[in-house]
Amino acid sequence: MKNTVILGAMTVAGLVAGTAHADTLGDVTDRGSLNCGVTTGLVGFAAPDANGVWTGFDVGVCRAVAAAVLGDSNAVNFVPTTGQTRFTALASGEIDMLARNTTWTFSRDTDLAFEFVGVNYYDGQGFMIPSELGVSSAKELDGATVCIQTGTTTELNLADFFRTNNISYEPVPIETNAEAQQQYLAGACDVYTTDASGLAATRATFENPGDHVLLPEIISKEPLGPLVRHGDNEWGDIVRWTLNALISAEELGVTSANVGELAGAAGDNPEINRLLGTEGELGSYIGLDADWAARAIGVGGNYGELFEDNIGENTPIGLARGLNAQWTDGGLLYSPPFR
Amino acid sequence: MSDLHAHSTSYVRQSMLPETDPPTAETGVIKWLRENLFSSWLNAVLTFISLYVLYLVVSAILPWLLNSVWNAGSLSECREILAARGLTGHDGACFGVIKDRWHQLMFGFYPPELYWRPILSFIIFLLAVMPVLFQSIPRQTLILTALSPFVLVWLIWGGSLWLPLLIALGFVLGFVAYRMLEGVNGILASLGAIIVPILFWFYALGPLAETLSSIIPLEIRSIKSSDIGGFFLAIIIGVAGIVLSLPLGILLALGRQSDLFILSKFSVIFIEVIRGVPLIVWLLTASLLLNYFLPPGTNFDLTLRVIIMVTLFSSAYIAEVVRGGLAALPKGQYEAGDALGLDYTKSMRLIVLPQALKISIPGIVNSFIGLFKDTTLVLFIGLLDPIGFTNAIRASTDWNGVYWELFLFVGVVFFIFCFSMGRYSLYLEKKLQREHR
Repeated sequence: MKNTVILGAMTVAGLVAGTAHADTLGDVTDRGSLNCGVTTGLVGFAAPDANGVWTGFDVGVCRAVAAAVLGDSNAVNFVPTTGQTRFTALASGEIDMLARNTTWTFSRDTDLAFEFVGVNYYDGQGFMIPSELGVSSAKELDGATVCIQTGTTTELNLADFFRTNNISYEPVPIETNAEAQQQYLAGACDVYTTDASGLAATRATFENPGDHVLLPEIISKEPLGPLVRHGDNEWGDIVRWTLNALISAEELGVTSANVGELAGAAGDNPEINRLLGTEGELGSYIGLDADWAARAIGVGGNYGELFEDNIGENTPIGLARGLNAQWTDGGLLYSPPFR
Repeated sequence: MSDLHAHSTSYVRQSMLPETDPPTAETGVIKWLRENLFSSWLNAVLTFISLYVLYLVVSAILPWLLNSVWNAGSLSECREILAARGLTGHDGACFGVIKDRWHQLMFGFYPPELYWRPILSFIIFLLAVMPVLFQSIPRQTLILTALSPFVLVWLIWGGSLWLPLLIALGFVLGFVAYRMLEGVNGILASLGAIIVPILFWFYALGPLAETLSSIIPLEIRSIKSSDIGGFFLAIIIGVAGIVLSLPLGILLALGRQSDLFILSKFSVIFIEVIRGVPLIVWLLTASLLLNYFLPPGTNFDLTLRVIIMVTLFSSAYIAEVVRGGLAALPKGQYEAGDALGLDYTKSMRLIVLPQALKISIPGIVNSFIGLFKDTTLVLFIGLLDPIGFTNAIRASTDWNGVYWELFLFVGVVFFIFCFSMGRYSLYLEKKLQREHR
């Protein structure tokens, strides 16, 4: 009897008055912090350090948005989400945006009613194989045993790839990346396949990374990007243009080092001036002040700096820019103009 | 007597022989070995095989443990240290990760300057359970035990002390209402004990708490549930689940045996539904489905949802364990209670439950150990419990690639907790043993 009472009381105590849904910007400003969904831990993309501070490439996007909106890159509640909980967390309003290396697909964009605001990392499924096997192309993998995470799109992509190339393989089903590393190193499978960024991160942890090669074939498109809910286009615009500001900043040569100086006074380049708010009133169109982009860039630098600091070639993960280079360098990054 | 013997036997020893040692084969280590390890040729062979297997396991693990590195900031640093000793990364454990992330594994993201609060609350908790666990401690201290949950909640989550105090006051009001209405009618008293606190919490609690804190602000810094993680989170969920599910489980067990149709059917349905679905499904329900059912924008603390689900799940199991104890009691015990003229509450409290619970102790503790270990399932809904942290820690570039050390550590800590619970249950069983005295 008394316990029913306790439960009832706790339910009541746990319920906090609901807030209106459509005005995410207002909610975030009132709350004074941004609720940003990230992974529970993925090397290079999001992980807490020894002091509990979240760092990573996806985390950088969250911090940039918080800086643009609230002026404080630390005013972020990082909500760790799993593959199962991420979409509900976003749909129910538990988080304001999701930056959790999530692939932009048709059904997620439409059926799940989310809005992908852009792509912050172009990934794709690749293969890793011990170099001693002397394989130089995935098409030579006939009869190979392949470690593959079950229940993911990678499993389907793999089946498609081997069928189109008319070669056979033997899958070794595994549950997590950690298990895959152990199985692969123990020789339970010849090949490990998952997203190329994941393969690079995994290889970086090996005792002798040089003994393993990534095959050149990328067999799927995995555009990863931050997303928001349908129904609040103003908020979607803010997240989209914060990401675009980071990308444009790299293209225009605005870095964390010189952003303060460039934002101080209008310079020669009108686009930089518009981006940093020294000319025009772009910030007011999205409900922010003129310095929003300068603050976002000031956190972790422009897109290129974020990339180099978290997953670039000087980090243990050592990813090349590849598809993620600016369009001027032969990559796919192409921000619409700030005008 | 000796005379008689003198006639019937030809020789009687007159002096006592000195005591000799038993044969070597019948004493000490050798006897033990003979009886336990080499009692037959089959057992001897099995002994040797077991020794060989043991040797294989130990020789593989022991050097790894002995060569372990404790002072390293990253896995590559560990490997360098091992390489300097002429060893490869597989020859030594890298427990540097435990040292580096010790606080995170213990407290999660709790602010470091406030670590005294979880530590103090753990000590208070240990002191508060003592009177419950050991009969020798004065019974009056139970009042402090009853107050401790409110203090603990305040210490852990912070905020105003008035809120937990007023919630506690609600229980007191319920009790007072029960006492006042008891003379009038039993059912009315029970209803009063439920309705009065609920009305109090709904309507008086908020304004009262605000007024009181504006007069005397008893506030400490409030901590978000999402900052709580690691073993601290596992213990909170485990302890809250255990403490809340035992009384709820007992009530459900009594409800299932009750003659009142609605009550008994409700209990049966509750138990069977909760028990018939895996815990992970309930946790996913708590984290995902509730989000859709609750009004949009509602922020219902995830940790609290998990505690409620774990409690409900565990109470269904406890109910069945207790029902086993109730069923094992001879019918005469129930009838004896009736014959003495005790009402239902008293006969249950004084005669039936003490005996039934004693029988159920191993089963109850078994459920609790299972519940405590099941708290690791919260990993699947994105809460960073110790297992969740092993993943998060591996996701930093420093420690990517560390597996066994983290899992070994988590396993050892869980073992310590579960083993202590098991030992306590054995102690309790021995102490309460009445049959074979």
